[in-house]
Amino acid sequence: MLEVRRLNSFYAAVQALKNVSISVKKGDIITIIGANGAGKTTLLKTISGLILEHDGNILYEGKSLSGLLPGEIVALGICLVPEGRQIFGHLSVLDNLKLGAYLYYDRRHKDEIRENMEKVYAIFPILKNRRRQLSGTLSGGEQQMLAIGRAMMSRPKLMMMDEPSMGLAPLMVREIFRVIQELHHDGTTILLVEQNARAALKMGVFGYVLETGEIVLQGDTKILLEDEKVKHAYLGK
Amino acid sequence: MSLFSEILQFVFTGLTIGSIYSMVGLGFNIIYNATTIINLAQGEFVMFGGLIMVFLTVVLKFPLFVGFPLTVIVVMAIGAVFERFAIHPLRNASLLTLIIVTIAASILFRGIAMFIWGKDPYSLPPFTPGSPVMIGGAVIMLQTFWVLGTTLAIVVLTTLFFGKTIVGKAMSACSFNPMAASLMGIHVRKMILISFALSAGLGAVAGIVITPMSLMDYDRGPMLAVKGFCAAVLGGLGVGYGVVLGGFIVGLLESLTAGLIHSGFKDAVALVILLFILCFKPSGIFGSEEVSKIKKF
Repeated sequence: MLEVRRLNSFYAAVQALKNVSISVKKGDIITIIGANGAGKTTLLKTISGLILEHDGNILYEGKSLSGLLPGEIVALGICLVPEGRQIFGHLSVLDNLKLGAYLYYDRRHKDEIRENMEKVYAIFPILKNRRRQLSGTLSGGEQQMLAIGRAMMSRPKLMMMDEPSMGLAPLMVREIFRVIQELHHDGTTILLVEQNARAALKMGVFGYVLETGEIVLQGDTKILLEDEKVKHAYLGK
Repeated sequence: MSLFSEILQFVFTGLTIGSIYSMVGLGFNIIYNATTIINLAQGEFVMFGGLIMVFLTVVLKFPLFVGFPLTVIVVMAIGAVFERFAIHPLRNASLLTLIIVTIAASILFRGIAMFIWGKDPYSLPPFTPGSPVMIGGAVIMLQTFWVLGTTLAIVVLTTLFFGKTIVGKAMSACSFNPMAASLMGIHVRKMILISFALSAGLGAVAGIVITPMSLMDYDRGPMLAVKGFCAAVLGGLGVGYGVVLGGFIVGLLESLTAGLIHSGFKDAVALVILLFILCFKPSGIFGSEEVSKIKKF
């Protein structure tokens, strides 16, 4: 589904990714773990079209994503739930969800939009109760739910999530991971980037370890969870 | 003339200039809503509106209903070109830099206008000929109704645009968080371009309707921008109806001060209001403190 080949990416003059190759198959949950500054966010932003300075290939269902605008990439079915949630705090919860459907927001798709919104509300009932509330006043966990809900509104086939558990209470972290599993169950392919390595690896089928811009290790998550180096560096053993 | 009719006269004058300040303030609002830039060349759009309308209808003798839309289109094009050549290339500049760029643009626009039209003020015939109306002893020019009506229409349209349409909300999302906006598929650069064009068009409308009453010259922009800015801050930047009420308050106070105290204090009124509001309620009368805490400024 998604094929990243020998990707080099640059932030200003700094090379943030070196020769990164990853592969995501339809229906997978792929996990990428790595420390702060390893290049995880850069990788997702490059795939989303937010970082233009890169070389190498990003292929989605056989087509190259190079040179496409972020909007065109969203339209193809790839969406990013960005790090730190990045919701539109000055707008209501409902408006945030509507903007998630921005690319197909018109009269013709009215029913589909309502249907998708009901799906979001079914997964996050609290968002329905708070739909008129200014989204900047939601709690961190609710904002993360909104960010995921907003991404769901764009009808993604591949959802990329950048540290969805960051800064959340343990109970909320569990809730978010449950939702990711549910989305996956409903047929969305997931590319998950996490610092919470144990939980993320437990969920995925295949994992990559990113260190200072390079993939240093990859394999089935079961194997990674047992790997001595991974245990030592990321699982705190 | 009794005191009552005199005051009524000042009130009508105040509402009329207040309308213009409202429209300038709404112009600020549109660009602010899309970019958080305060476009200090907003007054120059008003000036261009008036002077280009004079050129089209008085010099080229176009009828009103052709000259009006044509002027708006030309000024919108000026706004778009301004964005493309002055704002767009500086995509990574700080907000303050961009605001300073708009000051430079306003000086440049004034220079161009002086070069083309000279320093003399120009006038337009009123839209509807006829003698003024008397209400309660106050004399009201017919053009006043045009100004008030246009303001009302623009307020309704911009409020609907930002409050009800997805494009308006998308535009406000661009200023709040451009990165997240582009992840929604919103074309941020295009939105910014549209906001400048819309705002310029709005300024042009203000310039066109006010020129028959108060003349127009190349140097009118900065004072209008200052007053419009006061209106916007007073009402609450980003809040459509707040900006309009702010405009009316500034206009009324200004006109009453000029009439009842001394006309020399007229221009000071707006600045005093600005100082007070920034000291005591920076989010404006109608701006929600909640939103202003979330916003960058």
